[in-house]
Amino acid sequence: MLSWMAWTWPTALVFIGIFSAIGVLVLLEIRTPGGDARKGVLGLTTTRGDRLFITLLGTSYIFLAWLGLVGMPLWWPLGLSLVWGCFTFWKV
Amino acid sequence: MKTENQKAWFFVLPVLVLVAFNALIPMMTVVNYSVQETFGDNVFFWQGLDWFEQILRSDRFHAALGRQFLFTFLILIIEVPLGIIIALSMPRKGFWVPVCLVTMALPMLIPWNVVGAMWNIFTLPDIGLLGYFLNHVLGITYDMTQNPLAAWVTIVTMDVWHWTSLVVLLSYAGLVSIPDAYYQAAKIDGASNWAVFRFIQLPKMKTVLTIAILLRFMDSFNIYTEPFVLTGGGPGNSTTLLSIDLVKIALGQFDLGPAAAMSLIYFAITLLVSWLFYTLMTKDDLN
Repeated sequence: MLSWMAWTWPTALVFIGIFSAIGVLVLLEIRTPGGDARKGVLGLTTTRGDRLFITLLGTSYIFLAWLGLVGMPLWWPLGLSLVWGCFTFWKV
Repeated sequence: MKTENQKAWFFVLPVLVLVAFNALIPMMTVVNYSVQETFGDNVFFWQGLDWFEQILRSDRFHAALGRQFLFTFLILIIEVPLGIIIALSMPRKGFWVPVCLVTMALPMLIPWNVVGAMWNIFTLPDIGLLGYFLNHVLGITYDMTQNPLAAWVTIVTMDVWHWTSLVVLLSYAGLVSIPDAYYQAAKIDGASNWAVFRFIQLPKMKTVLTIAILLRFMDSFNIYTEPFVLTGGGPGNSTTLLSIDLVKIALGQFDLGPAAAMSLIYFAITLLVSWLFYTLMTKDDLN
């Protein structure tokens, strides 16, 4: 039934990761409603959801920039993305 | 503290299902395509991130992206000020209001492919009304099928004709919502027309203008049908915008993998620009 979607394990894991992150956000939202809104270092008022979005968008750009400018392997952009994610959830 | 009722979320479900089927699932399929190679028959071979590397480094993609940004920049820089000027000069009450509104709305009611066909016939140098007039009456050499500059002028003019109305109607909606008291206060203070525009009308139009610019950005950045019908991306590659190039790769060459990688990069650009613009424009409102 799903063969037309041409699934692969790596891409499936990416989506499982994103959807579980959203799931965690839902759980957090049920426990502490309000989205934990705050004003971060960039001067933006962000909620947890915004911070996840900024993390994911930034990550895709880090990987694309690395692929375009440097190429394989991708350990460095992975590290950079993790740092970016931590920074976003901590400060932005 | 009052407990909030969360049941309203269930009413969002139908939209969620709809979006899942018309956007999310196709999008996931595109992601899957972007890491594989296929020769048809639904058989796929793992390719890793090669397509992304290839697209990001291809001159063809850079050129199409450059043309796309140029096109979007040109139409925004023309349509937004023009739309505001037209909205400011439209009557606020009386008989002419509906006449203006309907006239303004007309171009937007015409389907994209018809707009492309209309402008094609209109501007053809030997039989088109405009093309014939320019070439044979005014003596200006104008041929959008041969000359890249003429082709660009034509697609930009066509887009301005088709979509300035959107900016006009949204700005107009913003303008009529300003209470008379603001204008009276400005008059008492002896404010100039510019001051009225800068400190009353523009701030009141900010929200609708943000929406208008966002819509025009996204629409023009994803534009396909009109330039495809009008110039087909030519002459040469001069009006091959991103989406036209994308369709050439995906359906013309049947390179689904590179096309998928390209559309994801394309999507990331649209997403970032829209998000940045919206966030920056609404930043002060939230704080």
